[in-house]
Amino acid sequence: MSILIFAENRNGKFPRHVPELVTYGRQLADQFRVQAIVLAPGRMDHPELAALGKYGAHRVLSVPDQSLDVMDNRMYSDVILEIAGEEDAEILLFAYSNAGKALAPLVAAHLQAAYVSAITGLPAGTDPFVVRKKVFSGKVFTDIFVKTRKKVFTLAPHSLEASEHYDPVTPEIRHVKVHENRNVTERMEIKSQEGKLLLTEADIVISGGRGMQHPDNFKLLEELAALLGGATACTRPVSDEGWRPAEEHAGQTGKIIAPDLYFAFGISGAIQHLAGVSSSKVIAAVNTDPEAPIFEVADYGIVGDALDILPKMIEEIKRRKHV
Amino acid sequence: MEIIILMSVVPDTSVKIKLTADGLPDMKEIPWIINPWDELALTRALELKEDPGNTVNKVTLLHVGPSTHGQVLRKAMAMGADEAVRIEATPRDSYETAYHIVAFLQERAFDLVLAGIESSDYNGAAVGGLVAGMLDIPSVSAVTGIQTEGDKLHVVRETDGGRETLRMPLPLLAVVQKGIAKEPRMPSMRGLMMARKKNIHVIEPGAVDSLTEYARFELPPPKPPCHMVDATNPGELLELLENESKVIHLS
Ligand SMILES: Cc1cc2nc3c(=O)[nH]c(=O)nc-3n(C[C@H](O)[C@H](O)[C@H](O)COP(=O)(O)OP(=O)(O)OC[C@H]3O[C@@H](n4cnc5c(N)ncnc54)[C@H](O)[C@@H]3O)c2cc1C
Repeated sequence: MSILIFAENRNGKFPRHVPELVTYGRQLADQFRVQAIVLAPGRMDHPELAALGKYGAHRVLSVPDQSLDVMDNRMYSDVILEIAGEEDAEILLFAYSNAGKALAPLVAAHLQAAYVSAITGLPAGTDPFVVRKKVFSGKVFTDIFVKTRKKVFTLAPHSLEASEHYDPVTPEIRHVKVHENRNVTERMEIKSQEGKLLLTEADIVISGGRGMQHPDNFKLLEELAALLGGATACTRPVSDEGWRPAEEHAGQTGKIIAPDLYFAFGISGAIQHLAGVSSSKVIAAVNTDPEAPIFEVADYGIVGDALDILPKMIEEIKRRKHV
Repeated sequence: MEIIILMSVVPDTSVKIKLTADGLPDMKEIPWIINPWDELALTRALELKEDPGNTVNKVTLLHVGPSTHGQVLRKAMAMGADEAVRIEATPRDSYETAYHIVAFLQERAFDLVLAGIESSDYNGAAVGGLVAGMLDIPSVSAVTGIQTEGDKLHVVRETDGGRETLRMPLPLLAVVQKGIAKEPRMPSMRGLMMARKKNIHVIEPGAVDSLTEYARFELPPPKPPCHMVDATNPGELLELLENESKVIHLS
């Protein structure tokens, strides 16, 4: 038996959640005294692969096949299933990312394994096997009893801190027979947000709602984000109005994020918005309305005008940073 | 071409969930709605059907749920769907839901199946992928745009660092998310009248056993009150974020 961890390839690099996922996989593997094995599809440099050993991977399997450059769901799940079979994987771990959410249920269906998405920590028990997750968009916690021997999970972001306790390992190259006739995905165009800090990966998120009054005022949020090394986000009406790009929309129907700091300016704190941000470590809010629901979930707050407070904050940070 | 929408019915997303004395989510007196992503999927399917430039001629709703969900299904019909099928079951997990859907789709030809990325109640993010896996058909997920091109589709897929435009053949199962349609469509007066005449086909389910079970529910612990800082002193808030909660670094 083994634990198989699916490590996404983002243009030849591992995205930030991979070290978290490997750390988690190792802790789980230790509970069962089995190996934590990473499967890394696509072409990737040797040092990048080897480094996953530091987070606890016993072995790293690289499948550097060019046909995996574009993700076809079925072809990818074939590759994962083949490796899972060879390695006798009993638990398969994926990130709660677009790719993880696409592949995990496919693989679970083929293995007739139970599938639970966005689990939030190590199992509460392993006999019977019980995992935790949030339901009703973060409003309720639940313990789920998993009945099958094989199990497939996606791990909620920021469920645990990645830790480097181990040594790098020598990656193993695997050649899996890729069945091209199973691949039906033809890529015509690709747009990447190179160079931009991704909202889902940022430790600090500066966010604005309708209370920012005008699209131009979001320059203040961008400036604050740049000074603090964060990304910017917004509420749904703000992206619907076209004040900000759609990929910045956070909330139940937008992106689910869990940064260390979520800083909300002119955001009322509607339940659907909170569903996307309530797992943040610290929430701070500035709102003119002392009754705004955002203050019920915030750790720190200022009742005041965001357009008046933002320039003052920016000044203060510049003074402290001597810029 | 026919589009089948996998539709889930969920508690209104603005409702605060309470637990019953037995510790289960209290669903009494809760208003039910169409799962937000499924509503967007249906909206996009209807837009495609109305656009004369393509071959979509039928939009069918497929729902697994009890008869109490009939009202919500009617509302979805009123938005403009041609047909609705309800599989008479109360699934205990997403595997059971997928099982019933697969049993139905195995008996019938289909072109395009749309599923929402998750349902806003149990947030399973599972049914679409499970159905595609169990049927072993091509699928694509994180879809934010669909256009037809003859008998193929152009699909926009969000990746974790950008987006891709893909060309894919039918039959296909697409798991869609926000962006697939701009705003959910409102049922028109005429739609509401027509929906009353449309038939909901009810199907008896096969026997299936769940793979997971909800063992226990718990409400999150109450949060300590918000630490308020005076508006005249935003610097103090920065101070707290830096030294008390240590989430920013200024020096
Ligand atoms: C099915 C469904 C799904 C939804 N999904 C999402 C989602 O994913 N994400 C999301 O964000 N919303 C979502 N919504 C919408 C949500 O219900 C709210 O309407 C939305 O979050 C409100 O956005 P807001 O806070 O920017 O605006 P408002 O609610 O209008 O709040 C503006 C706030 O700004 C304050 N304000 C005004 N002027 C100032 C000032 N000068 N300085 C400081 N504060 C000021 C006001 O006091 C107010 O609290 C969804 C709704 C539905 C029905």
